[in-house]
Amino acid sequence: MAFYIARRLVWTFVVVACVLAITFAVFYLLPAGDPALRFAGKNPTDAEIAQIHHRLGLDRPFYVQFGKFSWHFFTGDKYGWPGLGYTYASGSSVKALIVARAPRTLLLIAGASIIWLFLGVSIGVLSAVKRRSVVDRLAMGFALFGISTPVFWLGLMALYIFWRKLGWVAGTGYVSPADSITGFFSHMITPWIVLALLYAAFYARMTRNNLLETLGEDYIRTARAKGLPERTVIFKHGLRASLTPIVTMFGLDIALLVGGAVITESVFNLQGLGYLAINDALQQDLPVVLGVVLVASVAVALANLVVDILYAFIDPRVRYA
Amino acid sequence: MTEPSNSAGAGLAGAGAGTAQQLLDVRGLTVRFPTADGVVQAVSDVSFTLSRGETLGVVGESGSGKSVSNLAIMGLLNRQRTQISGEVEFMGRNLLTLPQDELRKIRGKDIAMVFQDPFACLHPMYRVGKQIAEAVTAHADVSKGAAWKRAIELLDHVGIPNAKSRARDYPHQFSGGMRQRAMIAMALVHNPSILICDEPTTALDVTVQAQILELIEEVKREFDIGVILVTHDLGVVAETAKSVMVMYAGRIMEYGPAEEIFGQPQHPYAWGLLDSMPSVEKRLSALVPIEGSPPSLLAPPSGCPFHPRCRYRFEPCPTERPPLVKPAPEAHPDACHLSWEDKQREGAKRSVARLGDAA
Repeated sequence: MAFYIARRLVWTFVVVACVLAITFAVFYLLPAGDPALRFAGKNPTDAEIAQIHHRLGLDRPFYVQFGKFSWHFFTGDKYGWPGLGYTYASGSSVKALIVARAPRTLLLIAGASIIWLFLGVSIGVLSAVKRRSVVDRLAMGFALFGISTPVFWLGLMALYIFWRKLGWVAGTGYVSPADSITGFFSHMITPWIVLALLYAAFYARMTRNNLLETLGEDYIRTARAKGLPERTVIFKHGLRASLTPIVTMFGLDIALLVGGAVITESVFNLQGLGYLAINDALQQDLPVVLGVVLVASVAVALANLVVDILYAFIDPRVRYA
Repeated sequence: MTEPSNSAGAGLAGAGAGTAQQLLDVRGLTVRFPTADGVVQAVSDVSFTLSRGETLGVVGESGSGKSVSNLAIMGLLNRQRTQISGEVEFMGRNLLTLPQDELRKIRGKDIAMVFQDPFACLHPMYRVGKQIAEAVTAHADVSKGAAWKRAIELLDHVGIPNAKSRARDYPHQFSGGMRQRAMIAMALVHNPSILICDEPTTALDVTVQAQILELIEEVKREFDIGVILVTHDLGVVAETAKSVMVMYAGRIMEYGPAEEIFGQPQHPYAWGLLDSMPSVEKRLSALVPIEGSPPSLLAPPSGCPFHPRCRYRFEPCPTERPPLVKPAPEAHPDACHLSWEDKQREGAKRSVARLGDAA
């Protein structure tokens, strides 16, 4: 197992390195405009632009730049380790920027994931057990609504109703729990629920289908033939087997949101990592984009590893060597 | 094929010394599955009895209603989606009308079942011992430790070596034969009166098949129980059964003592089954398959359900369904229009002596 984890970690490193190299290359190969133009003022002279190029290191070949980026990453820069460089726009530390924004995204994901896991699995189980009943149809109707409603619309509607009209929750923006715990919850509850609804809908469908499939298995018939109460049959024998794929999905969904909760972050003005990445990609601020891509890809790779390890505990048939 | 009736006295009281106690009386069991395409007539008007110490062999091709009848008896068919009629009398109660909760108390306690595919029938994520212990606690108020002990005891009893440590294994660490032994152990937890074995050897290696059948026989004698053995392997039935029921298209074609079914089969379908049964000395070229395939139970043939495939069919067969009756006082019941003389003449050609050497 230890060897397996070590091997997987090495692979994680390789994958992240590839992702960064590709991001880097795409930035240079796509003719999206010269970042230097943003800082050169009106009607810059060629000399001024060349000077900015030199300051940002853009006059070097791109493999040298990438080499320098990598070197700083491992040895650290003046902001410490890992060295992620500084932004083109303000020259401040990318690392500091990410450290400041990450809690917003992570807390958004944490709250939303708890809600969607709980909501999704319970609705799915209820739906499967009461198959073809009114409850099932209502639940699957909800799932269809959740899956097909765009987050930005749902977010705006929620803000309009619960903030502007009813005044139940605080509006957009982010309040750190360190400053005000009630302010934090009041600001986060709407984005949590809005983000969770989409996933809850997916999870409800998946739980329902998995459970229904499992309940058709021979070992469920065996459990019934033993004379076990129906509740034990469904919740112990049925749910245990049908939750395995859900664990996989859960790990990956959480990881993907690290850099991917852009819409929710934008609608609620949370200014998390995804928002940061999009904004700076539009402004040609390569170091910031690289920093977020790095964090996001490490998150995905690690989540993969954790899910695979968890698998071995959930399903005794899985053993890694 | 001789029955040592009740010689092995298991600690259970009740079994009289002379006459075998009747355990199960099935009358007119009929199972219908309504589907989008129509109603599947899975089992039609099946009646039989089972006594203590008896092994009833149920034979027939796939889709002949063998398994469904047993699932109906066990109450394992979804009552909302199935129409079941008839009577299944067990200890003075009709299992078909018993509330689910009452039925659950009988399931796994008085009537236990061993299924066809031991690879699919054990939960892949629970230890084998735990799954057996669970069967213990389902009907007895005992501690987990005591249940686990009972599980080990039973695993040992059905011939699992190192039962104590193997009980901690997961099903995928067991071979097919061991899994089926574990299933049998699970079925024996509460010393049931009836053990239903639904093709218990179909998924196993030939050598293991014999061991499992032997185990079932042993268990039957030791615990003095009634066994329903569903199979499409006539050799298995010839070796173990006391009575045999031949099913086709959800109906009983022939029902009688095993030695008569194999010595003097009366129904053309039974003849076909015997002719198509391979044995050690029978070469492949000597096998005669039954032409065609079993009918769709959505629209079973009119008259005798076997008539489209029957080489002996004559004028009444396609229109009139033959009742299950004795064609002569000395015969056993069958459902066929042929005359008793024809049945005697054709049946004699297929005596068990010709096939039985394999047994």
